Amino acid sequence: MAKNKTPLLDQLESGPWPSFVSDMKQQAEARAKNENNVEYQIPVDVVDDLLGVLELSYVDGETHWKHGGIVGVFGYGGGVIGRYCDQPEMFPGVAHFHTMRVAQPGGKFYKTDYLRQLCDLWDFRGSGLTNMHGSTGDIILLGTTTPQLEEIFFELTHKMDQDLGGSGSNLRTPADCIGQARCEWACYDTQDLCYQLTIDYQDELHRPAFPYKFKFKFDGCPNCCVASIARADMAFVGTWKDDIRIDQDAVKAYVEGDVKPNGNAHAGRDWGPFDIAKEVLDLCPTECMRYENGKLEINNRECVRCMHCINVMPRALRPGVHGGLSILVGAKAPILDGAQMGSLLIPFVEVNKESGYEEIKNVIEPIWDWWMEEGKNRERLGELMKRKGFQALLEAVGVDAMPQHVSEPRHNPYIFWKEEEVPGGFEMDINAFRKRHLR
Amino acid sequence: MEYEEQKQLIVDTLKKKEKTKSKWYFSDLAKILDLKPREAKKIVTKMVEEEVLVFWSSGSTSMYGLKGAGKQSAAEHEEG
Repeated sequence: MAKNKTPLLDQLESGPWPSFVSDMKQQAEARAKNENNVEYQIPVDVVDDLLGVLELSYVDGETHWKHGGIVGVFGYGGGVIGRYCDQPEMFPGVAHFHTMRVAQPGGKFYKTDYLRQLCDLWDFRGSGLTNMHGSTGDIILLGTTTPQLEEIFFELTHKMDQDLGGSGSNLRTPADCIGQARCEWACYDTQDLCYQLTIDYQDELHRPAFPYKFKFKFDGCPNCCVASIARADMAFVGTWKDDIRIDQDAVKAYVEGDVKPNGNAHAGRDWGPFDIAKEVLDLCPTECMRYENGKLEINNRECVRCMHCINVMPRALRPGVHGGLSILVGAKAPILDGAQMGSLLIPFVEVNKESGYEEIKNVIEPIWDWWMEEGKNRERLGELMKRKGFQALLEAVGVDAMPQHVSEPRHNPYIFWKEEEVPGGFEMDINAFRKRHLR
Repeated sequence: MEYEEQKQLIVDTLKKKEKTKSKWYFSDLAKILDLKPREAKKIVTKMVEEEVLVFWSSGSTSMYGLKGAGKQSAAEHEEG
């Protein structure tokens, strides 16, 4: 029998989709039964009370969580988010209900014993409720009390070789795609770069001094499986410098129907025979492909890395061999000014493990310095770029403007030149001028 | 300025406004110290290590406060 009546929440279970309410009820019941004889370190009825306080919020039409708090593990300014209920007497199980963020393994590769260990720890010292994964990509453990925080942190770091993730005005837990571990399209080793920058920027990850959150995300190719271009203040998207590799025999096999397009992903319905013109050539955004006399040709200079042809004919086409990455900056979700996609800052940079990714860090650090000095409180990098202009960003990073920075011809005819940008400066010889132009 | 003086400057400034303001942005502290952010961070981090300052987090934004200052500590049944 449920501890709290939840008629409004119950309604949510009646829809056609799986419901988080059902999951919570299942967990509440499992904790009450305690078949594994866990010595719970926080109230057994934590999940019942969570359902109760949520129901109350639905009745009242307002939240019953207080805003933030002073909790954390010693020396860390992120990774723990204080959550306190403003009705602790009514719902003592969630009087403290802190969130912990755990850095996810690179590419989200788990072993089952790792997950079991993590869940056992969370059943023992927390509510057992998790959010796999938060939008930043990290593992979110929902609901524990203040005295448990250091204990959990000790277990994670000493027994599981695992760190807390980022929260608050920090570098957030960097996230990457599975990369070269399983994907032939990855143009660089996403996991190595993600791991290395996570290690090198521990101070930024754990000790908040930024104006607001800052996200790194690493995509191995322009398919952007972790959506870095849409979500990361700084997106590292794999690309290639040379030509798309073409296997002409495989192209022919697609055309003749011997190989199914899109890795046979659309096998659920008969879409008719494969039509290379309709399904590939005509869909190329820059129209840089042609298929004549059984031969596919690509004008690689015009390719914008949309990946469509490669996705449709993966056996025939592959990214070039000279891999690297593009850096885009300023993407964010829509809190202020609406959502913003990343803007291309560096079209191509070598991904050089041997140098400790020096070339990439040389872009990251000036951006941070600029944002830390110029950014207003709670201003994302993308908003600062909008306020100050892309030119200010280029100056901060020391990058010259280039055609790849331009998405369309100017619709504003005014250009403000600085004196040092004009040959000879603003000073002029008035006598020489008057010889050519009478008063 | 030596570290002890910088620490005192922050403590004095924060104490003076304690009644009306208990949480400060990092940029406020950098301004008090009149230092560039990277330099200010070293001082502030040390003060957190010495438990003079504490972190406050809403989850999305982080702030700093004197340990024990403000309503939050009492309201949350925290010590100190």
